[in-house]
Amino acid sequence: MRKNLNVIAAYTIMMGLIILVGIFQSWNIALSIFNLCLISAVMTMGANIQWGYAGLINFGIMGYTALGGLAAVLISVDPVQEAWSAGGSNILLSLLLIIGMVLAVRYILKKYEKSKVRTYIIATIIIAGIIIIRFVSEPGIEAIEEVDPAKTGFLGGFGLPIIFSWIVGALFAGGLAFIIGKVALGLRADYLAIATLLISEIVIAIIKHEDWLTRGVKNVIGLKRPAPYEVNLQQTDWFINLVERFNLSKLNLITDLTERQAALNQFVIEGSSIFVKLCYSGLFLIVVIILLILTQKALYSPWGRMMRAIRDNEEAANAMGKNVVKQHLLIFVLGSAIVGIAGAMLVTQDGLFTPGSYRPMRYTFLIWVMVIVGGSGNNFGAILGGFVVWFLWIESAPIGLYLVNLTTAGLADTHFLKVHLIESVPYFRFLMMGIGLLLIMRYRPKGILPEKIEIK
Amino acid sequence: MDYINAIVLLLNYIFVPALAYGSQLALGAIFVTLIYGILRFANFATGDMMSFGTMVTILFTWYFQSLGISLGILPTALIAIPFAIIFMVGYMLLIDKFVFKYYRVSKSPPVQLAMVSIGVMFVTQAVVRIIIGPSDRRFFDGEKFLIKAGEFKEMTGLNEGLAIKSTQVITIVVTLILVSALFWFLNKTKTGKSMRAYSDNEDLALLSGIDPKKIVMITWIIAGVLATIGGALYGLDKSFKPFTYFNNMLPIFAAAIVGGIGNPFGAFLGGYVIAFSEILLTYAYKKFFMYLLPESLEPNTLVQLLSTDYKFAVSFSILVIVLLYRPSGIFKGKIL
Repeated sequence: MRKNLNVIAAYTIMMGLIILVGIFQSWNIALSIFNLCLISAVMTMGANIQWGYAGLINFGIMGYTALGGLAAVLISVDPVQEAWSAGGSNILLSLLLIIGMVLAVRYILKKYEKSKVRTYIIATIIIAGIIIIRFVSEPGIEAIEEVDPAKTGFLGGFGLPIIFSWIVGALFAGGLAFIIGKVALGLRADYLAIATLLISEIVIAIIKHEDWLTRGVKNVIGLKRPAPYEVNLQQTDWFINLVERFNLSKLNLITDLTERQAALNQFVIEGSSIFVKLCYSGLFLIVVIILLILTQKALYSPWGRMMRAIRDNEEAANAMGKNVVKQHLLIFVLGSAIVGIAGAMLVTQDGLFTPGSYRPMRYTFLIWVMVIVGGSGNNFGAILGGFVVWFLWIESAPIGLYLVNLTTAGLADTHFLKVHLIESVPYFRFLMMGIGLLLIMRYRPKGILPEKIEIK
Repeated sequence: MDYINAIVLLLNYIFVPALAYGSQLALGAIFVTLIYGILRFANFATGDMMSFGTMVTILFTWYFQSLGISLGILPTALIAIPFAIIFMVGYMLLIDKFVFKYYRVSKSPPVQLAMVSIGVMFVTQAVVRIIIGPSDRRFFDGEKFLIKAGEFKEMTGLNEGLAIKSTQVITIVVTLILVSALFWFLNKTKTGKSMRAYSDNEDLALLSGIDPKKIVMITWIIAGVLATIGGALYGLDKSFKPFTYFNNMLPIFAAAIVGGIGNPFGAFLGGYVIAFSEILLTYAYKKFFMYLLPESLEPNTLVQLLSTDYKFAVSFSILVIVLLYRPSGIFKGKIL
């Protein structure tokens, strides 16, 4: 108990802050901050097992998040029948061609010794393959994109409940991580960072511009929800009764009947959106707790010890007969899969998929700030980092506004400096993140909750 | 005649734009490579440092414009650049003193320095956006075109016009002057040689009495010059928007690594490699073939290898291929 005092204290303060937002701003804002904190926590856990456990830098978090989001779309949207009949066969054929191409390259790689001729043959296969695939897929893609472009214009998905996409998102992200890992894990740390950053940009470029698959920048809106809709809730009796019971004391103060009804309606509308957010919080909390238990167990297992050994001294671990390459690949895939879950959760919560909104600042660097600030190598630290940083990211605008008003109190309201500063309040978040990161790295390089290794 | 038309077409749409874009990338790439070679970390704040320099240039340009100073047909920004450089170098030395120095002295691993540079990136980005705002700014004035497409057509009687923007010429000329001065400095002067020695083998350099503080300071000064000029040229040619500058960091990194990181000459060429491959692979060659081939063979598609949406993806793919097959870069940088 004593040992964990700082963890408990840190989390209590954090929850207290969110509750304060609830009291002073609104419970709606507090809950949406809380939900995104939970999603960020999942992302940081993914980044943390790569960086904290194994010392692998992954700057491609944005790419895996987007793939998770893509999974949510592909799983939950109903299939577009006309699009499938218009161009589905071409797409399937190109898919087969791609598989065939990969198999052919693999066969040649296995069968023949390394030589110049082999390299040329592989290059010819790939180039010829790409040209053939373009010829096959082009008419299909055009046909698909012409099917009611304002509403669909893409193949749609499988029409399954969106919750499944959380698992599929993990699979997608893990699959991508496997390919990237095979290619790039041999690189030195900062090269790996640059390579993963650039690869994630390629992923985003593909998601943005392959309209037949994702609708691209036209966005997919109105995804299914695992939680009830506000409009439906507002008409169900048990929910109205529940809201009435909660607000009984306030309602009893009003004597006039029509006024009372109006007040109740207001409470029901507010209550419904809070209720929906609470549903999401419950779901997300379950995911966070399951992942936390799993990652904690892994950290203190023999496997976790091996990972730390590899992180701290690769050569020694290698000499002890540990397969460093294989373990690196494994942890790279696992961490990315967790980030993929978070990506799917994010799209589930928003109910829309907007490829244009994936930017490295928000989805890669911010997550890294969370991991570093929270404490790499410590799961509780990483989760706390997700909470603290996301909280500041959202609340820095009000804080910034307050500071601006305080420092420029002597100036007239129309003074150009004051107007300019108030206009640029949204950018104070970058300043806070940057200064926060620099201070933490300088004075507490292991994060708020540093890594503690106890031998159990 | 058709052949000349085809060549002019390629010159107009591929060669000239790629040369200008490549020069802008090359300046950034030399900046990255110098920091990497001498201070030994990947500087993720590159794009935002360039946007800081450009912002200062724009502010000075506005100031000079309000005073009524101008260069006639040349853009006013050219007078603003030297003043901006002074500010930029000051900013960089300040950052170095308060941020990077601590980690350099305590010999932190490069990864940690890269993380710190992310903090610098956040701060710089915030400063730029707070001062000048996130929107698109154009600060070009003076004569826009050196040769207009219409004039060129009249002059030569060809079907295809060749338009050369004055910013493109300025970019290329300034880059050539700057880069030759830089290489002269690195290869011929004593300080430049000691910088190269320091980059090559730190311990030996220290042993032979090279002052590391001086080397670091000069590196930041050169970096400030490169960042300001590179950023300002890009902003003159296209437009200034903080977000674009942040994104430009990626092809710049690609150029530096393709050229062999730590090798300034490689970075210089790497910029052009990236620029040309981006534009060559995403250009629609339909019209080109229409000039060359007889009418019966004319293509009915655009003959475009990749859609322009994948412009960035091209440079990143080149980078990945280079990393896989020649991790030291095309022109042999440090083997990493």
